[in-house]
Amino acid sequence: MLALQIIWFLLVGILIIGYAILDGFDLGVGFWHLFAKKKGERSAFIESIEPFWDGNEVWLLTGGGALFAAFPPVYATVFSGFYLALMLVLLGLILRAVAIEFRNKVDSPGWTKAWDYAFAFGSILPSILFGVAIGNVLRGLELNEIGDYTGGFFALLNPFSLLCGLVGLAMFAMHGALYLSMKLEGEIAADARRWASRAWMVFVVLFMVATIWGALGFFYNITAVPLVLALFAVLASVSSFVFNRAGRAVAAFVSSCETIVFTMLAVAAALFPYMVPCTNNPDWSLTINNSSSSQLTLTSMLVIALIGMPIVLAYTVFIHRVFKGKVEVREE
Amino acid sequence: MDAVLLARIQFALTIGFHYIFPPLTIGLGWMLFVYHTLYRKTQSPVYRQLAHFWTKMFAINFVVGVATGITMEFQFGTNWAAYSRFVGDIFGAPLAAEGVFAFFLESSFLGILVYGEKKVSKTVYWISSLMVALGATLSAFWIVVANSWQQTPAGYEVVDGRAVLTNFAEAVFNPSTVVRYLHVVAAALVVGTFFILGVSAWMVLKKKHGDFAKQSLKSAFIPCMVAIVIVMGVGHPHAIQVAETQPAKLAAFEGLWETQTNAPALLFGIPNAEEERTDFALEIPGGLSMLIDGTTTREVQGLKDFAPEDRPPLGITFFSFHSMVYLGVWFFLIAFGGFVLLKMGKLYENRLYLMAATLTVPLPFFANELGWIAAEVGRQPWVVYNELRTSNAISASVPPGQVLASIIMFTLIYALLFGVWWFLLKRQFNKGPESIESIKGEVE
Ligand code: HDD
Ligand code: HEM
Ligand code: HEM
Repeated sequence: MLALQIIWFLLVGILIIGYAILDGFDLGVGFWHLFAKKKGERSAFIESIEPFWDGNEVWLLTGGGALFAAFPPVYATVFSGFYLALMLVLLGLILRAVAIEFRNKVDSPGWTKAWDYAFAFGSILPSILFGVAIGNVLRGLELNEIGDYTGGFFALLNPFSLLCGLVGLAMFAMHGALYLSMKLEGEIAADARRWASRAWMVFVVLFMVATIWGALGFFYNITAVPLVLALFAVLASVSSFVFNRAGRAVAAFVSSCETIVFTMLAVAAALFPYMVPCTNNPDWSLTINNSSSSQLTLTSMLVIALIGMPIVLAYTVFIHRVFKGKVEVREE
Repeated sequence: MDAVLLARIQFALTIGFHYIFPPLTIGLGWMLFVYHTLYRKTQSPVYRQLAHFWTKMFAINFVVGVATGITMEFQFGTNWAAYSRFVGDIFGAPLAAEGVFAFFLESSFLGILVYGEKKVSKTVYWISSLMVALGATLSAFWIVVANSWQQTPAGYEVVDGRAVLTNFAEAVFNPSTVVRYLHVVAAALVVGTFFILGVSAWMVLKKKHGDFAKQSLKSAFIPCMVAIVIVMGVGHPHAIQVAETQPAKLAAFEGLWETQTNAPALLFGIPNAEEERTDFALEIPGGLSMLIDGTTTREVQGLKDFAPEDRPPLGITFFSFHSMVYLGVWFFLIAFGGFVLLKMGKLYENRLYLMAATLTVPLPFFANELGWIAAEVGRQPWVVYNELRTSNAISASVPPGQVLASIIMFTLIYALLFGVWWFLLKRQFNKGPESIESIKGEVE
């Protein structure tokens, strides 16, 4: 049973990492959307993510479903506890979904502009809020015996969590800029490379501050593991910076993916075996042991995952190959 | 306001709005596959026009379905935390499976269908249209599994105040899954096919897009007839299943108060909860017993058998069920009536019929909503039938004010989405299909 619980902790983690890597780049593109100067550039941004964004977002949906299935009390506590924040995430995700698809459906500058703002807003807001949520889970929440959050909305906006929110935004901004530099050509690709360098600087600084603060403050599992993983994340980001400088866009993007992987692994290691630490009474914490579904459910789900995920990976790769190559910037 | 009521309003609002779009996605999805297949077989440009025109409509609708669906995935945790803890061992699995088996499939291949025609071979393109329809239909399967389990729970036992899975297959194929799934998919086909029928009828009526409009109209009849016959055909066993598993709901559907053999089927009436009777009843004696069992000796439980706090809200359940059935009869007439006109060669001139078909476009959407309202309100006061009451299922930690705030937010943004959806569909309607000449140019 313990083995199954660990497997599911990892699998949920993999889904979240997959989401952060994949939707991470199109959320980042949304951030930079505000900075593109020409209309043709903005269209190219959208074109570069158009066939992928929905599939990317499904990682989040499946992650949510898997969390519900494998650790229902965690799903219930976190989602009801972060109620308002989640509603804002939903607002953002809804707006950007329709913005991506609808902005070029009508030939009118006002129409396109409105959706461009919706796209940027809908990308930035979730990028920050995901980080804030992770920060709060790392700190631990005030819970009652049933596991209901009792802390109130404003307690979620504490300095550490807000810092994590900015780390999230900087990470996705870096990732998105590297994606653009890989997918575009010419002047705008050079802009994207510059953006990526700047985002990287913000990211490393904030990330290191957050790591040290967290380690001194409230990691529940103070072993060297989370710190080593965090160090790997920093190193991966440095290599992405170097590759980016050298103009090796694909290698830079891959390193940025690695940065995300190590960052999320560090978070997971800092929590394990907790999923939601309880600050007011450690016994009420939600852990992988006291919060998992039954053995039968975890096993059935594992079968589903083993059948389904290879197929998913296969057509994810397939679709990226269909749309491989550079996106053109056209004069508009 | 009452926290439970607010949570219910929010759920009804978000799912009710979401459910405008999926049926059209499913129904149109299969029609697209039909058009793509016919084009592949015959190479006749009109099928390509049909495929492309309706794919554009499909894509607009699909996005709104996706955007509103995201809300649903989180809704159980946000508003129904106690429910999520109670059912999680069983209920989460189908939601996750829906992501793994359906959403990925659909979203990947839709990318090809909409943006990738020039990048893949003809065969891959054609398969993509199949995968999109299949993905939508599979996603309906898993979500219907989840819903059916709360209607007719099976394959579990309650341990320490939560439902624990004892048999996966029994939970998935609980007593109402299969019949509900068939009914839901067929009802979605009704939406998609009548959408094509009605929109094309409007084009013909307005003399827009010439021959294309007529071809499109003509192509809808057989699918319409098939879909409506299946819906009605499956509706009957569905009602039998309700009679067997949820007798209080059936009694509310039928406005039946007294437990009796030779129970009547109600054609029309107005249930009166205060006086515990049904006014203005127009009945077929013995009809209900006959429908359920084939004999008049079958006993059917009436509402008086249930304590007042265990009865579902009567008015809503009753009227939504009956309206759905009436609408079904109307669709039957439209589909078969139009087919007869077509065969008599009088279809394209019959303005009355074309008008009626146009006005029918929104009705299948209503029928779908009404069906769900009947099924879900009729399940009250239980959220998991006979196991967990709705009043015990909400998130205790969420202040009602926050729920209200989110209801306002969703109302505003959904109003915006609906407006944009409508505007873009209309635009596409006016634009019409690509010209035959441009297709010929491309093929050569
Ligand atoms: C996977 C589960 C699931 C699925 C597929 C559906 N529902 Fe449902 N529905 C619920 C799970 C649920 C629920 C969470 O269990 C609710 C909330 C309160 C309740 O009693 O049941 C509910 C309530 C609920 C209500 C309010 C009933 C009341 O409070 O009196 C309405 C009107 C609907 N639903 C309508 C729909 C529609 C239009 C659906 C079509 C897509 C639908 N439901 C599918
Ligand atoms: C409470 C119940 C429901 C939940 C949690 C839910 C969840 C979702 C989600 C997350 C999406 C977006 C998927 C994406 O990004 O691609 C979606 C879209 C969709 N849903 Fe729902 N849904 C519910 C009810 C239903 C029902 C009852 C049906 C059909 C009978 C249905 C069928 C679909 C279809 C066909 C789409 C269109 C887009 C797509 O599949 O990606 N859904 N739903
Ligand atoms: C004309 C004969 C029809 C009959 C006898 C019939 C029967 C039923 C029954 C008994 C239910 C309730 C199931 C429950 O409470 O669990 C139901 C639900 C439903 N109906 Fe119908 N129906 C008919 C027509 C239609 C039509 C025309 C549509 C839409 C186009 C439709 C769409 C639905 C939907 C979406 C549901 C909710 C999901 C479900 O429980 O299956 N029905 N129907």
